[in-house]
Amino acid sequence: MSTIVSLPDQTTATLPKRSYLNDGYGLKSWLLTGDHKRIAILYLISITFFFFIGAFFAGMVRLELLTPPNDLMAADTYNKMFTMHGIVMVFLFLVPSVPATIGNFVLPIMVGAKDLAFPKINLLSWYLYVAGGVMTLAALILGGVDTGWTFTTPLSTHYLNTHVITAGLAVFVAGFSSIFTGLNFIVTVHRMRAPGMTWFRLPLFVWSHYAASVLMVLGTPVLAITLVLVVLERLIGIGVFDPAKGGDPLLFQHLFWFYSHPAVYIMILPGMGVISEVISTFSRKRVFGYTAVAFSSVAIAVFAFFVWAHHMFIMGISNYSALVFSLLTMLVAVPSAIKIFNWAFTLYKGSITFETPMLYAFGFMGLFTIGGLTGVFLGSMGMDIHLTETYFIVAHFHFVMVGGMLMAFLSGIHFWWPKMTGRMYPEGLSKLAALVTFIGFNLTFFPQFILGYLGMPRRYAAYPPEFQVLNVLSTAGATVLGVGYLLPMLYLTWSLKYGKIAGPNPWQATGLEWQIQSPPLTTNFEETPLVDYEAYDYEWLANKTKHEVQTVG
Amino acid sequence: MHFISPVLWQFLVNWLTHFALFPPEASSIAPHADALYFFLIAISLVGLVLVVALVAGFSFLYRKERNPEATQIEGSTLLEATWTIIPLALFMVAFVWGALLYFRIYNPPTNAMNIYVVGKQWMWKAEHPGGQHEIDSLHVPLGRPVQLTLISQDVFHSFSIPAFRVKREVIPGRYTTVWFEATQEGTYHLFCTQYCGTLHSQMIGTITVMKPADYEAWTEGSTSGMSLAQNGERLFASMGCNACHGGNATSRGPNLAEVYMTKVQMTNGSYAMVDDAFLRDSILNPTMHTMAGFAPIMPTYQGQISEEGLIDLVEYIKKLNSNYRIQQTLNTSQVQSSAQSPASNQLSNGGRAQQAAPAAPGMVKP
Repeated sequence: MSTIVSLPDQTTATLPKRSYLNDGYGLKSWLLTGDHKRIAILYLISITFFFFIGAFFAGMVRLELLTPPNDLMAADTYNKMFTMHGIVMVFLFLVPSVPATIGNFVLPIMVGAKDLAFPKINLLSWYLYVAGGVMTLAALILGGVDTGWTFTTPLSTHYLNTHVITAGLAVFVAGFSSIFTGLNFIVTVHRMRAPGMTWFRLPLFVWSHYAASVLMVLGTPVLAITLVLVVLERLIGIGVFDPAKGGDPLLFQHLFWFYSHPAVYIMILPGMGVISEVISTFSRKRVFGYTAVAFSSVAIAVFAFFVWAHHMFIMGISNYSALVFSLLTMLVAVPSAIKIFNWAFTLYKGSITFETPMLYAFGFMGLFTIGGLTGVFLGSMGMDIHLTETYFIVAHFHFVMVGGMLMAFLSGIHFWWPKMTGRMYPEGLSKLAALVTFIGFNLTFFPQFILGYLGMPRRYAAYPPEFQVLNVLSTAGATVLGVGYLLPMLYLTWSLKYGKIAGPNPWQATGLEWQIQSPPLTTNFEETPLVDYEAYDYEWLANKTKHEVQTVG
Repeated sequence: MHFISPVLWQFLVNWLTHFALFPPEASSIAPHADALYFFLIAISLVGLVLVVALVAGFSFLYRKERNPEATQIEGSTLLEATWTIIPLALFMVAFVWGALLYFRIYNPPTNAMNIYVVGKQWMWKAEHPGGQHEIDSLHVPLGRPVQLTLISQDVFHSFSIPAFRVKREVIPGRYTTVWFEATQEGTYHLFCTQYCGTLHSQMIGTITVMKPADYEAWTEGSTSGMSLAQNGERLFASMGCNACHGGNATSRGPNLAEVYMTKVQMTNGSYAMVDDAFLRDSILNPTMHTMAGFAPIMPTYQGQISEEGLIDLVEYIKKLNSNYRIQQTLNTSQVQSSAQSPASNQLSNGGRAQQAAPAAPGMVKP
C-alpha cells in the first residue's frame, strides 16, 4: 500500500459564506452560545490571558534569581510570585489548555457529532473557569497568596495571613470546570459517535482525551475535598491536618497528590493526542501501532492513580510502601516510552514534510523524552532523596509540562488554526518561533538539572553565590523563551485578517474535521457522516480527493 | 572580551574556574548515590540518542522530496514487545538500585551516635547528647555514623545536606530520622528544602565535619554543663512525672527503667515497640498509648512542654536503667528523711549515680 498525497492549491480557496463565526453577531451571541466551537474560542482567549499573567510571574521569579542575594523584591513578594505562577499556570492554563480549547473544538467533529453531549454544561464549565480565574485575580489584587501552588499544611492553614481561602476556593471552582469538561467528553465519546465510527476507528486524539477525562472526573473531586478541608481548618480549625489536635499533616500530602499526580497526566495526555494527529498527518502515514498507542493512554490513566506517594519518599512513609510506589512509578513510565517509539516509527517509510506543527511535535518528542527519563531518576527511591525539592524537580516537570505540554499545545494550535479561523498562519515566522522556543526552553531549564544535582533548593529567593552562573543562563533562556511565546500570539492575531485562506483541508489530513469546510458550520456537518474507513486511512483520502477532482472536472 | 566588559570577563573567568557539575562527595553514601546517578544518565542518554537518531534519520530518509510515496504499515507486535520489555527492564534496574540506596540511607547502623534537630521558622536547632546546642550549624565527627532525629515545631521543613546526598522531611508532631557518615573534613551547605514561609531561603546553615579529636575538643568547649538526659531528669521531676512513674509495684504508671526498645502490651492487646516516637506520643497523647494493666489516667502534656523539653525527656527515659534516683527524689520530696544512706546509693545504682544532677528546685527539701 502506498499513498501519494499532494497538498491542495490554496490560491483558489475561498472562505465559506456561512460558518460558526458569522452565525450570530454581538457579545451576547458569544456569551450565551451553546456551540462547542465558540466555547473553545472563549476558552482560548481566557487561557491565553492567564498564560501571559503566569508568564509575567515566571519572569519576575527569573529576574530575582539573576543575582544570589534577595535584592529585587522582598522575600514575601518572591514567595507570592512563584505561588501565583504555579497556581495560574497549573490550574488556569495547563489543565484546560488542550482539552478545553482544541479538544472542545475538534473532539465532537472528530467523532462525527454536531456538538458535545451537554452544550449548556459546556458553557457552564467556561463560566466556572472564568469565576475561578476572577477569584484568583481577586486574591492577587488583594495582596496575593504565598502557600506555593501545593497549599501545604500546616503552613497554609496556620502560619500565613495571605489570601489562602480566596485562592483555595478559586482552584475549587476552576476544578468543577474541568470535571464538567471531562464529563462531557466521556458521554460524547460513548453516545454521540457517528454511524460506523467504532472505538477503534476513533482518532488517537479522542482516545487520549477520553483517558484524560476519566482522570478529571475521578481525580478532581479529591482535590476539591482537600481544598475544602484546608479552608475549614483555616476558618474554624477542625483539626484534620493539625497534629496538635490529633490530625495528621501527612494526610494532606496523600490527598493532594492523589489528585495532583493524575493531574500531571490530565495535562500531558491531551498533548499526546495532538502529537499523534500531527505526526501522522505530516508523514502521510497511519500511526504505527494504533492499538498500542490507544491502550497506552488507558494504561497511563489507570496507573496514574497508584503512584501518588512517590512525592513523599522522604516524608517518613513506611519504607515498604515507598517500595511499592516506586515500582508502580516505573511501570507508568513504560506506556510513555511505547508512545514515543510508535511516533518515531510512524515516520518510517512516510513522506514527511516539516510544517510548523511538525517542528513543535519534534520538539515535544525530544523534550518529553528528557522529561520522562528524568522522571525515572525521581522514581528511583534512593536518587529521589537527593534530587527531590531541588531545582532538578523544577527542571523535570518543566520539561514535561512546558517542553512537552506547551509544545504540544502550540503544535495543535498551529495545526488546527486553519480549521478554527479559515486562515493560514505565516509559515516562515512560525518556524522561527518554534526554533526560538526550543532554544530558549533548553537554555532556561537544562541548567536547572545541574543546579538541582548541586543541591540548590527550589523556592529560594536567595542562594549561595556559586550557583549564579547557571541561574544567569536560566534567566537568559527565559528571556528568549518569552520572545518565542510572544511571536505566535502576534502573528496568529495578524493572520485572523491577513492570513492566506486555508480551504477545507490544507494539510490533507484524514480526520473528519478536515472533511468539512473551514471554519465549520455551527452544526459541523451538513449531513451526519457515515464512517466506513479506519482512522488515518490516507488511501481512502487519496481516492476521495481523486473522485472530487473528477466530479468537479 | 575583557575590553568589552570587565564584569562579564570576570564572570566568565569565575565560571570556568569554579564550574562544578557535582557537589563534593563528603559522605559514605555519596559515591553510591553518584554511581546510580551515572547509571541513570547513561540510560537516559541511550534513550534520548535513540529517539533523536530515529526521528532525525527517518526525517532525512523519508522526507517528501526523497520519498514522495508513503508506504502504509499497520505496526509490529515484535517491535511493540521490544520497546515495552527493554525500557521496562532498564527501569526495573533503576528501581532495585534505587531501593537498595534508599534502604541504605534510611536504615541507620546500630552504633550511630544520635543528634536531635528541631526545625522551626526559620532556624535549625541541633542538640547533641552532651547538651551542646547549635543554631543553624551542626558539627559532626569524621568517620563516625551519625543519626539525626528530626522534628519540626511548626510547619514542614526538610533537612538537606547535598554534599552527603541525604535529605529528610522534618514534620510537625513526628520524629523522622536520617543518618550519614562523613568522609571528608570541611564545611558544607545545610538547606531547608521544603517551602516553609517567608524566610525559607534563610533557613540555611553549615555542616562542619571535624577530625574525631577536634570534635571532642569542640564538644568539651561548647558544653552547657548539663547533658540532655540531665535536663530531662530535671524536667521529669519538676513536671511531677515521678509521682506515678516511680517504678514501685504500687505505682499508678508503668515502670520506665529499661523500657526503651522493648515490646510492651497495650490495653487493646496489641504490642508496641517503645521507640523515640512512642515515648514522645505517650507524653502528648497518653490515652492513645495506655499500657495493659494501667488505667488511662495520665493527663496530656500537649502544649506544656516544648519540643526541646520532649527531646530531653525522651533522652532521659532512653538512658534510664534504674528507678533508684526517681524514688530518691520522690522520697526526699515526700518524706523528710531518706531511709537509705548515701553510701548504698552509690552501690545499688552503679555508675549513673556518680554524675549527680541537681533535682528541680522546690522538689528537694534541704
